[in-house]
Amino acid sequence: MTAPLIEGRGLTLSFGSERVLDQVSLSIRAGEIITLIGPNGAGKSTLVKTLLGLQKPDSGEVIRKPGLRVGYVPQKLAIDQVLPLTVKRFLTLTRSATRNHCEKVLTQVGASHVIDAQMSSLSGGEAQRVMLARTLLLRPELLVLDEPTQGVDVSGQAELYRLIDEIRHELDCAVLMISHDLHLVMAKTDQVVCFNRHVCCSGIPETVRQHPEYRSLFGVREADAIGIYTHEHDHEHDLSGHVVGGCGHDHSHDHHNHNHGHNHGHGHSHAPHNHADAPIRQEADTAK
Amino acid sequence: MIDDFLVRAIVGGVLLACICGPFGAFIVWRRMAFFGDMLAHSALLGVALGLLIGVDVRLGMIATCLASALILAFGQRQSKIGSDTVLGMLAHSTLALGMVALAFVQGVAVDIMAYLFGDILAITMGDIWLMLGGGVVAIGGLIWMWRPLLALTVSPEIAAAESIPVERLRLIFMLLMALVIGLAIKIVGVLLITALLIVPAASARFFAKTPEQMAIGAALFGAASVLTGIALSWHVDTPAGPSIVISAAGLFVISSIVMMGLRRR
Repeated sequence: MTAPLIEGRGLTLSFGSERVLDQVSLSIRAGEIITLIGPNGAGKSTLVKTLLGLQKPDSGEVIRKPGLRVGYVPQKLAIDQVLPLTVKRFLTLTRSATRNHCEKVLTQVGASHVIDAQMSSLSGGEAQRVMLARTLLLRPELLVLDEPTQGVDVSGQAELYRLIDEIRHELDCAVLMISHDLHLVMAKTDQVVCFNRHVCCSGIPETVRQHPEYRSLFGVREADAIGIYTHEHDHEHDLSGHVVGGCGHDHSHDHHNHNHGHNHGHGHSHAPHNHADAPIRQEADTAK
Repeated sequence: MIDDFLVRAIVGGVLLACICGPFGAFIVWRRMAFFGDMLAHSALLGVALGLLIGVDVRLGMIATCLASALILAFGQRQSKIGSDTVLGMLAHSTLALGMVALAFVQGVAVDIMAYLFGDILAITMGDIWLMLGGGVVAIGGLIWMWRPLLALTVSPEIAAAESIPVERLRLIFMLLMALVIGLAIKIVGVLLITALLIVPAASARFFAKTPEQMAIGAALFGAASVLTGIALSWHVDTPAGPSIVISAAGLFVISSIVMMGLRRR
């Protein structure tokens, strides 16, 4: 097997007394697609920042292939009003490109009309498209997407995922994606990593995709992807949600909640404990 | 007949305003105004130290600014106290310490007002050479790291992902900023230097579509402020440093009114 593009070994990080990463090891190889799922506050973004070298771990190491080109698409790029920045200038932020080339990649993502617009004036969906266009200019070997469809309405999300898939094929790159809404992405994923401060479990999403319950839950508001996934993998946990082997400690109440929610259909009643339902509320907000 | 000191004031002032422009833009974007204030306040301590140990006062100020920047760059990691509180505390403690230290400097009549509010009309040829040399380093450095620093300002995550050495650039920018502040204190003084950095940049924001336009615009607004301030001081006999800052603020108000007018049409 070839050497990984990026490999994290035994990454451990605490903010104050709170342990955010606990002995996390993860590697991404060329061409591989990995989806990282986990509840809000699980430290997914922190893990990605650590892998990118933006956050130093307390212990453990990150090995990055020398000269690796990484394209990063954040959850949401909040460009401050105080910084005047046209889309064209944003595309050439780290690397020059002609106006023609910029127009070409913007057309590819269906955003050619915004080339001279200010970044701060773009809608959430437009901003994500522009960021994807930027990765087309960069031609990275590894594309890192941190919940790339946050703040985009549901129909826009499907369209964005279609674009991401298209771009991946064009660039022929590895993908590390953080996601809440597994149902939209997992069809293309090689490996799903369930993450809550440490790697809980990981595997092929095939079984999840074919599961009838998954299909029936598709589009149901209370059904959050992380819940579906956990449910599918509850063979690793006993009936009360306690983990049997593999990983298994402090986060077990999360699994408990998810199991509960899907077995009895009243997951919402556990809302105060169930971090995973937060994005649903956000979706409802953006839909207004 | 224009006096030599006036020519020197104009040359030095315009030069410094042009250096401050692009730095001011970055300070506005990166929200580092308070940080700049802290560096400037610490410079008074540099004056005292310079006098006490017999080093050139200008070098003393620059050295103190650089030292403060280094201390802040490495000492800002704790989280119990907010960074604005830390900066505020340090700014005023070092200012107070500087004043007290100056009281201990015996036998030298120190014109504290000149350090607090600037003394542009007393610029010497030596000052101009120092500004020119320091300016070349500061602007050269900024141009050299312009693109990665801008990427880092837009998004540290994107910059880090693309192998830009985020921490190193942050540190270099802080040091260059300290150098610029150390140089510019001569123009408007410890208490007003932040205004010379951020007000022209804020005015330029109204008219800029790209970061580069804003940086150049800030230099132009700064130069205009210096010229207007000196003119004001010359004709109405007002203190020069505060006049420059008032001019900058006036230009900001005019810019915002012009911009509102343009939007309405």
